[in-house]
Amino acid sequence: MNHLSEEQLTLFYYGESGETGGVEEHLAGCEQCRTEFRALQLVLNAVDSAPIPERGAGYGEAVWQRIGGQLGTRKRRRVFTWWIWAPATALLVLAAFLAGRLSHRTETGQTAANQQQVRERILLVAVGDHLERSQMVLAELSNAPDQKGRLDISDERQMAEDLLDDNRLYRQTARTTGDTAVANVLDDLERVLIEIAHSPSEVSGAQLAELQQQIESRGLLFKVQVLGSRVRGEESTPVGQRDKSRKNL
Amino acid sequence: MDAEAGGAVERAQSGDSDAFRLLVEQHSRAIFRLAFRMTGNEQDAEDVVQETFLRAYRQLSRYEARSSFSTWLYRIASNYALDLIRTRRRHEEKRERGNSEGRDILQSIPESSPGPDRIFYGSQVKDRVSAALDQLSAQERTAFVLRHFEGLSIAQIGEALGTGTNATKHSIFRAVQKLRKSLEPVAGTTT
Repeated sequence: MNHLSEEQLTLFYYGESGETGGVEEHLAGCEQCRTEFRALQLVLNAVDSAPIPERGAGYGEAVWQRIGGQLGTRKRRRVFTWWIWAPATALLVLAAFLAGRLSHRTETGQTAANQQQVRERILLVAVGDHLERSQMVLAELSNAPDQKGRLDISDERQMAEDLLDDNRLYRQTARTTGDTAVANVLDDLERVLIEIAHSPSEVSGAQLAELQQQIESRGLLFKVQVLGSRVRGEESTPVGQRDKSRKNL
Repeated sequence: MDAEAGGAVERAQSGDSDAFRLLVEQHSRAIFRLAFRMTGNEQDAEDVVQETFLRAYRQLSRYEARSSFSTWLYRIASNYALDLIRTRRRHEEKRERGNSEGRDILQSIPESSPGPDRIFYGSQVKDRVSAALDQLSAQERTAFVLRHFEGLSIAQIGEALGTGTNATKHSIFRAVQKLRKSLEPVAGTTT
């Protein structure tokens, strides 16, 4: 007589439908398997005695107090930071930067150098913010869970659209100033942003996998993270020491 | 009032933060229990609760009513807790490797089996249960907790963890085997 396996008894204990056919009948007629099942029951019932700290009725409210502020910050950031000042800043920064370059020859020694420092600092801050926002979009998509149904990426698509104009400006500026390494990363970023911006609001699992593959194959998230942290680092580095590190980007 | 039945999910998806607050208040305790059973640690469980709701808020637009909101939250919580357990264990392993000499001596001392006078007490059985759960791998513990305590089916767990039905089933079988090995000598004393 074949006895029941531990796996069969476990499935029977948990009442997994479709997995327990014949088990009940077998147990009714087999003392050895009944003993085995009782031993299993004792152990699994004992597990229920594992202590668990209680949380009172006000716990949910306490959790909300901890996270409520963080939710608000995130939302405001998306609505205001994103839509209103970012494109305007990009235009201002580029205009200031290019204006500085055009008048460069007419300026003299120290004055020109100071103005150049200010322009570079403004540019770095703006590029740093741009990279941070881009990183958020890439990370949201890269970490999106696998699922069988369609996934709503309308937020990410809208963000990618908003980022594209800024990205073009920064990329062109980087090329103009001979910052090839930065320009190359922004170039890669732009291609992926275009893909995201042109995607439907809802994507299938396969379409999402394709976007994730594009991000991954270019190592883009990593590049943007590295560039972002270096740009942030340069913001606080004196200009005289900056050029050396920039060549390594 | 049941926030989910009251349309709180739909309102939260439309940007109503009061509705999301209702959902947080309604589900926090259950998520804490799940998180504590998975991590075995109160501080980690609090982290899991907080991160679960932050992630849920960010992903609200992705929630579809195919599964219940609580199952969706369980999925987020269990995946985060799984990552947390794995990260903690990697750190512990590194730390243990760093102190390998001292640990080797300690580990060479055989663990004393509790005598009948010790295992008689329920509190010690509870400690033994906690220790037995700690011996499970992150995957085994997660699958087992979701099946045993939360009552999710094996298919649901496989979907939530992205591991598939067969792998989930085997994780649960391995967990049960290990628990039996640790607890069979004491389990009978609880009845």
